[in-house]
Amino acid sequence: MSLKATHDLHRRRFGRNLGVGLALAAFIVLVFGLTIVKMSNADRVMPAATEAAD
Amino acid sequence: MSDVSITSIREDDAGFGDYFALLKPRVMSLVVFTALVGLMAAPVPVHPLIGFCAILFIAIGGGASGALNMWWDADIDRIMTRTRKRPIPSGRVQPGEALSLGLGLAGLSVVMLALATNWFAGAFLAFTIFFYVVIYSMWLKRSTPQNIVIGGAAGAFPPVIGWVAATGGMAVEPWLMFALIFMWTPPHFWALALFMRSDYDDAGVPMLTVTHGRRATRVHILVYTVLLAALALGAAFSGIGGPIYLCVSAVMNLLFLHGAWRIWQRSEPGAEADNFHCEKRFFRLSLLYLFLHFGAILAEALLRPWGLGGWG
Repeated sequence: MSLKATHDLHRRRFGRNLGVGLALAAFIVLVFGLTIVKMSNADRVMPAATEAAD
Repeated sequence: MSDVSITSIREDDAGFGDYFALLKPRVMSLVVFTALVGLMAAPVPVHPLIGFCAILFIAIGGGASGALNMWWDADIDRIMTRTRKRPIPSGRVQPGEALSLGLGLAGLSVVMLALATNWFAGAFLAFTIFFYVVIYSMWLKRSTPQNIVIGGAAGAFPPVIGWVAATGGMAVEPWLMFALIFMWTPPHFWALALFMRSDYDDAGVPMLTVTHGRRATRVHILVYTVLLAALALGAAFSGIGGPIYLCVSAVMNLLFLHGAWRIWQRSEPGAEADNFHCEKRFFRLSLLYLFLHFGAILAEALLRPWGLGGWG
């Protein structure tokens, strides 16, 4: 016999898990975006620094 | 073994919203707005994503402070009607969960802000969390009637952190924004204490209304409002001010001074007779006061690239 998740408890737990999952996914996207921006900035600064050293 | 035997059933299991409520979202909105203004008012261009991350992690740091404050103050939150429905006193979240969430988010926000912007900003955020949780919540709140005055500094730091996140350095302007919130906090909370009559009494929190009486609180509100008006109007002629700010500040300070004057004039029976109408109005006005002042600073900053902001 299978158990059915009909209790309000299951709904709240699902909501909580979904919230945590979405927050983690958003965090990953944010860190990725931040990395790209930081690396692009570094690319812009680096040539200038190497030119100055010439 | 059945599934049921290995699952601990807690009827009061918290939902995602309960954990979010631990972060004091309404306070967080003030943190977000003032930090944003601090960041935008800084005379340095910031990449939009870095700016977004800075504000987000400052907000998460503020939220972490809120969770740690709720963990520490759960005993008095249970007594006060205004706070009785918070996640811990209502039993939806366990104190240990709030502590873990607060510590985890505090660490995450500080490290991420430091990585996204600079370590000075990260250190400043760490200090702010420490100040709010340890200096205000754990020490001052229950030991001195000056709790709101000194503790108000914690809420005043976000624009400074925003500025530091953008520039990596310090200047006079962010400290003017700090002073604005710092001087605004006591009259704002004392007005609340006047009409939330028995809450602080019952909880044994030494608010000015409890230790020095309600008459002294009314005098304090007027004195702080006069000092705040002088500061707010003076800031109009600094780097963050300008004609828009001056107009907004002049109107708001007139209204605020009038409100404080009326509160000072009232007797307790008179206030009780109209259910603290003046005090409640002053409290609502105080929210608009801060919002419009920072809105005006933001407007001056946004118009500056077109040569319209500031005094030219």
